[in-house]
Parts: sequence; structure tokens; C-alpha cells
Amino acid sequence: MILKLNINNKFYNTNIDGDEFLLDVLRKIGFKSVKKGCDTGTCGVCSVLINGRPTLSCQFLAARAQGLKITTVEGLGKKADKIVELIVSEGADQCGYCGPSLVLTTYAMKKELKNPTIEKINHYLTGNLCRCSGYEGQLRGIKKYMGVK
Amino acid sequence: MKFKEVNHSIPKVDGRGLLKGASAYTDDLAVESALIVKLLRSPYAFAKIKSIDTKKALKVEGIECVLTYKDVPRIPITRAGQGYPEPSPKDKFILDNYVRYVGDEVAILVGTSEKVVDDAMKLIEVDYEVLEPVLDFEKAIGHKSIIHPEKEIYTMFPMGLDVKNNIACSYMDTMIVGDVEKTLAECEFVVSERYYTHAQQQTAMEPHTSTAYIDVQERLNIITSTQNPYHTRRIIGEALNKPLRDIRVIKPRIGGGFGAKQQVHNDLFTAIVTLKTGKPSKCFYTRKEVNESTFTRHQMRIDIQLGADKEGNLHAFDMQILSNTGAYGEHSLTTFMVAGSKLLPMYNKAEALRFEGNVVYTNKCSAGAYRGYGAIQANFAVESAMSELAKKLKMDPVELRLKNCIGEGESSPVFSVMGEGGEGIAQIMESCKLDYCIERGRKLIKWNQKYPSKQIAPNKIRSVGTAIAMQGSGIPLLDMGAAVLKLNDDGFFNLLVGATDLGTGSDTVLSQIAAEAIGVPVDRIVITSSDTDTTPYDVGAYASSTTFVSGNAARKAGLNMRAKLIEEAAKALHAVHKDDVTFKDCTFKLKDSDESITLKELSEGLYYKFGADMKQLIASGSNTSPKSPPPFMAGFVEIELDTETGKIDILDYVAVVDCGTTINPNLAKIQVEGGILQGIGMAMYEDVIYSDDGKMLTNNFMKYKIPNRKDVKKITVEFAESYDPAGPYGAKSVGEIGIDTPLAAIANAIYNAVGVRIRTLPITPEKILNGIKNK
Repeated sequence: MILKLNINNKFYNTNIDGDEFLLDVLRKIGFKSVKKGCDTGTCGVCSVLINGRPTLSCQFLAARAQGLKITTVEGLGKKADKIVELIVSEGADQCGYCGPSLVLTTYAMKKELKNPTIEKINHYLTGNLCRCSGYEGQLRGIKKYMGVK
Repeated sequence: MKFKEVNHSIPKVDGRGLLKGASAYTDDLAVESALIVKLLRSPYAFAKIKSIDTKKALKVEGIECVLTYKDVPRIPITRAGQGYPEPSPKDKFILDNYVRYVGDEVAILVGTSEKVVDDAMKLIEVDYEVLEPVLDFEKAIGHKSIIHPEKEIYTMFPMGLDVKNNIACSYMDTMIVGDVEKTLAECEFVVSERYYTHAQQQTAMEPHTSTAYIDVQERLNIITSTQNPYHTRRIIGEALNKPLRDIRVIKPRIGGGFGAKQQVHNDLFTAIVTLKTGKPSKCFYTRKEVNESTFTRHQMRIDIQLGADKEGNLHAFDMQILSNTGAYGEHSLTTFMVAGSKLLPMYNKAEALRFEGNVVYTNKCSAGAYRGYGAIQANFAVESAMSELAKKLKMDPVELRLKNCIGEGESSPVFSVMGEGGEGIAQIMESCKLDYCIERGRKLIKWNQKYPSKQIAPNKIRSVGTAIAMQGSGIPLLDMGAAVLKLNDDGFFNLLVGATDLGTGSDTVLSQIAAEAIGVPVDRIVITSSDTDTTPYDVGAYASSTTFVSGNAARKAGLNMRAKLIEEAAKALHAVHKDDVTFKDCTFKLKDSDESITLKELSEGLYYKFGADMKQLIASGSNTSPKSPPPFMAGFVEIELDTETGKIDILDYVAVVDCGTTINPNLAKIQVEGGILQGIGMAMYEDVIYSDDGKMLTNNFMKYKIPNRKDVKKITVEFAESYDPAGPYGAKSVGEIGIDTPLAAIANAIYNAVGVRIRTLPITPEKILNGIKNK
């Protein structure tokens, strides 16, 4: 089936099978920032924003994405800079495989959390697994972005 | 000591690019036309393949080929990815007519898409003769099933391989100092206990991936998520009987390794597929395959005897270990030996030492390299036993450790007896701030106020526990790393290293070291790692080697480049002697004169303007060392234990680390924090569980639980002021040391809270609650 997807405010026509997931379609189109890490919707590295909300693209049928606004980290452009700088200044990017999805989810979190606390931040990002950093360094950077002491 | 480039926390050189989603990992780089490679895997723990019928599968449209054991070379290899001669048994074939664990490879399927291959896989008919598997590693020796009956397997040097008894390797009658039995009999206090450590999954977020293609020189190129491209090239060459000049291995960005990517995995399959078909191919493991069919940590049974006098002076230290290597023997001997060589010297005051044991085959997923590598298993046993000894002595466990631990300027006979697979090399601790780490950690956790425990609610107890650790910095005179620096016009440098950044930040750390050595800002360095065609040799990223071994290579290359630059600048400035030229702030100056030339001007001259003196400046440095200075760490944990449920919360984990100079303090800190959390995961939640017939039940992230952001309240990391003269600018390694202590520290804290001693990992609420009830 032919699908028309709005990715980062640009339209892409792509031919897909009905049972394809958004993750695979996005990677096929060329959005390689969206990673695959598990087969069970558990690790979070495939997260994209759909209408601004963090969503696991490995669990989201591509066919359902027509008419919705998909944002990958490529689409954040300069809006990602502050988050990126705060994470790399802690050295917490490490292998980077979970990085783009963490940046996206953090961006969405800032818009969504009204009175952020460390507990709320950790809760919001629970689904973004990282095996390298021990999370502490990421939290040091993200806390600053969220304005939490 | 003051440094300009090292000992500064600069962002990782690749950090911004990776976070913004650059195409950088293996799967991002594979061409769209690459054939998809998948594996048909064994549903049985142990079976002989009587027949395989691939005819129906081959008829599926889009299937390129199906390879079985009849279609591939039968050459015994080890996938371990270690030095050479390889210290692991050569007991694996690309494919075999025996399958030895659930998930072992039966056939390689190749087609144009995942769907095509999945469809074809269902049509392969395999007739198995199911054999009785060996699933309990304590029953492997003498079991009627022999896991490796094949005639061809061998070891490159004697290591006690005894296939009739399912023994992959054996280490006996060698690591003996003094008379252990006699000394133990003379000791007033003896601890004699048995501990069990379980398998653990590395779970790098990027699944193992490789892609292969034939280049215009008709050579096989493999891009793969490997920790060691040179070992990978050697092993693939051996397995396929191809000269190494016909193989190129490229390591792109790697999404974490932790040991998991030290071994050869699906790169072997894409290599053979591309050789057979002449077409590009790609293999991307599912998480299920990563868990079931790559490698885990070695499960171990550790018997310990510690003997001390009534003042708490340790006199006897005995370890007897049984280790489970699973279906194949990768890293069997060396992880086993590290269990001794990284623990016995830590308590170097004991005069009677013994370390022995066997590593056995079972019909489970192979065990391989994983951060901590034997040391973490032994650390749980030794550091639990030390606290048990302290209890018997009625001594503060911190004091017992301070009394017996190794100190600066000291040594241990163990260093020369035990190396990695063979004899070792004597070491003197030129830097050892372990005593400081212990004292500082005790202060940070407020040990004296909190030890042993405090009831804070009717069902809640807070307590503290401790453990100390040492690791190494590469394998002395076995690990070698090299670096090449090339000057470019415009005055910047390419740094080419075989060292393998897996996300650790080694590209950044090596750039900082090279910049320090040349005397230029780090932004003048552009690093490339690693490619067997274009970057120099390096053993790869394992055994805590990169900062120390490859770091010294980068330093030597930098110093050589600096000397060459000054020589060329001296010519350009018409200096009488090159000692008259200074180099500072990217400018060469002639002593007692106003004459100067910038680095940029010099580079332009060398490539465009100096006529007959034009030349390319290239400098290299190689490094291997008889020294492997250990990093040290003291770990302290504060827990809150719920006596009604057995659940524990980690309130704070304090780590004080001596890793010499921290080349990049932020990156060193993250290495320790990340290591600690993996250690906490192993201690509390992570467990590789099998069904009674040998199927791995924990084959995804739903069932195999790694820590998330909410699992630990706080991790506190500090570094000791330390400088090791053998390290690049005083640095030792830091990659593994963080993972070792949480197992014993948490077990000790639980004992301090409720008097329950847990000697079998993982430490689950059930075990704690049962312990409380059965007290």
C-alpha cells in the first residue's frame, strides 16, 4: 500500500506492507536516528514523537501513522542543541545508541511536565533504557535542561 | 601535575553527532541491496542432526541460498577474539552436525528480505536425534553425555582440555604458595564457605550486527559491531581458509559492548554468505538471538577458605572454582584465571595461597567475555568471605580490609605465577591508593554512624555494606596497541588507531593524550578508529586496556610527531640546532630571536612551498608493557530493607576509585557509574534462567530485567589523587573496576541489616525473606 507520511514537516510517499511497523519504514526512508534495540517494545531506542508525544515506533503500525505528525531527532534541528550540549558536557552520551530517542523524549518531557522534579524526570524517562551510563550522568545534564536543582 | 589537554572533561568527539542521529552504526551503513542473513537455530539443548532437507526452502521466491554444515569449511576455531596463540579451545565449527544448546546454529538462510527468509525458514526439515543434555554444571564432569565428541578439536597450548569429562580446561597444582592446609590448621579463625555466581547478559543496546561486501579489488570487506577488528579478521580468515590480505574488517560506531562484541558472531556468517554469493549481505540479530545465542557471563561455584590470627592478620587464602563455559569454551581458561589473579594479590599479606579448579562444558549458551571477567565472580565470594571473617573476629569489616589489603610499593607472588592463560609477570604497585579509597569511602557513606544498621520503621532497616576491588590495565606483554599521526596542511592531525571505541569515549581520550604529547589543542586532532586496512594494529577494547595500552601508543606517536615538527621548523627557521626551537601555542619560535613560524605555516610549507624539502610528516607509536598497573576501588552501599517483603532499595552507592590520572574526568566517572549499575543489576535482578529442558526463558527485555532510572537513588563517585608512572600521563584503566563490588557490598549490607547471609546470587527479595523466616 502507498502511504503518505508527514515526517519532520515534510511529506514522504512510500510503498509499505500492511504489517510493517513505523520503525522499519522510517529506517527504510532514511531516518537512521531511529534505532532498533529489542523486539518487545521495552528498550525505548526506537522512540519518535507522534503529534508531539513520545511513541515506540516498533509497536506502531506504519499504516496508522498517515495523517499524524512524526518527529525524529533530525526534525528537532537546533531545538535539540541545548539537550545535546547538556548531555555531552557530562560525557553521558557514551555509545549513543539510546541517544536520539533520549533527546526526543526529553524534549517532549519539557513541554509536558509542569512542575518537574527528579522523581518525575526519572519516571518520565523510565522507558528509555541505557546500559552504558548508569543514568546518573544523563540525569545531571537533563536536570539542568528541566530547571531542576 | 598540571596538564593542558589531558585531565580535562571535554565532550566526547562523537557525542553531538551520535545524539543528533548521525548514520554511524553497522546497520545504518549497510547497503539497501544487502541480502538478509538469518539463522535456523536448534530447538534442542543437545542433538545430532540426522538429516536436513532444504529443497522446499530453496524454492521460496527471493531465497538466494541455504547453507548447512555440508556447505561450509570444517575447520575448528574459537570465536573468543583474544590474543594469539589463542588461550581458548578450538571447539567450534561454522556449522556442525551436532547442536549443543538451544539456539545453536543449524543453517544459514539468505534472501532478499526478512519476510522471504522467515517464510523459507519454516520449510526447512531437520531430523534430529535428541541427546541427553548436560544442564547442571556441577554434574558435567563424569556425565554420560559427552558434549564435544568430535575428533578435530584442540588447544594451541596445554590447558587441560578433557572432552571425555566435559572439561574445557583445568588449572591445578600451579598457583600454590606456602602450605595452605597447614597454615589453615594453625589459624585461630577460619572461614570456609561456598558461593555461587550466576550468568549475566551484557545487553548492549545495539544488537550484534554485521554487513559484508566485495570491493573493487575483489576483497571481502566486513563492517561489524566488534570490539577487536584485528582478531575478527584473523578468526574469519582461519575459519574460511582465506589469506588475511583478502579480508578487511571495519569497526564503525558501536552501540555498547561490555565484552559481548569481543567474540566473533554474525560477521562469520555474512562473510561466508558474501564470499559464496559475491553479493552484499547483512545480519542483524534479534534481541532473542542476542540473549540466547551470543554469550553470557560464566556461572561459577567458588569455594573459599580464609584463615586469620586473632588480630585479624590474614595467613591463608584458598579458592577452588568450578566455572561453566556452556556449549563452547570461549574465554574459559582466562576468565577463570582472572578470578584468581585479580583477587589473590589484593590481600597480599597472606603467606599461604592456593587457586585451582576446572571449567566445564554444559549444553547452555556459551559463556564469554563480560566486563569484570572472572574478577567480579571471585569478588562476590572473597568480599563476602572477608566480611564473614570480620564477623568471626568481631572486627569492623572496614578495619579488616585496611589491615590486609595491598599497599603502594608492595607486590604479590601471584603476579608472576598467574597471567592470562599462562605465566604472569612480576608487578610492583607503583601507584596504589586503596587505603585512601577505603578511608574516603567510609567517610562519604558515614560508615561509623551507620554501621551495621538502624531500624527506621517497624518494618524498615537501613544498613551499610562494603567491598573492595582491583582489576588490571591490559595484559602485560601480550596486549599491543599502535597509533599513527599524520600532519595535514592547515596544521591539524589525523590520529589513526586500531583501538576500538565502543561508546566508552576512547576516541576522545586518545585524542586528548595525542594532543598533550604534541603540545596542541585537542581540536587539532581528528581521530579514526578502526579499520584493518587503514588504522594500525591494536588488540582491541578488552581487559581494561585502551587508556593504558593504546593510550601510551598515542602518547609515543605524539612525542614522535612533536620531534619531527620541531626538526622541520628548525630547518624553516634556519636554526643552528633544533634545541633552539620552542613550540608553544601552535607556534615555533627561534630562541633569542623574533623569528617564528606557525604550525599552519609550517604545514603549508611542507606540502606546497618548501620545494625540495616538501614532505609528508607521519609519526607512529607502538606500545606494549611488562606492567599492568591495577586500578583499585572501594565500594560502599547504603540500603533500606523491608523486613515484611524482603525488598531492598539502594539509597546510595559510594565509589572511591584509584585509576591514576583521569584523562577525561567526566568520562572516567561515567565508566564507574555505568559499571556500578551493571553490578547492581547482576546482584539484584539480572538472571539467566532456563527451563528444565534447557531453553532460555529470559530471552528478551520483558523477562531479563536490566536496571532502569528508578532503581537506584544515588551513585556517588570520587577519584583518588593518583599517578602511575607507567601510564600515559599517569593514567591506569577504569573500564571494568566499577562493576566488581556491588555484589558483595549489597550481600554484606543485607547481613548487617538482618543477619541473613546470601551466598547464591542474585539476591532476590524471596531469598532475603526466606532467610529472615528461617533464622
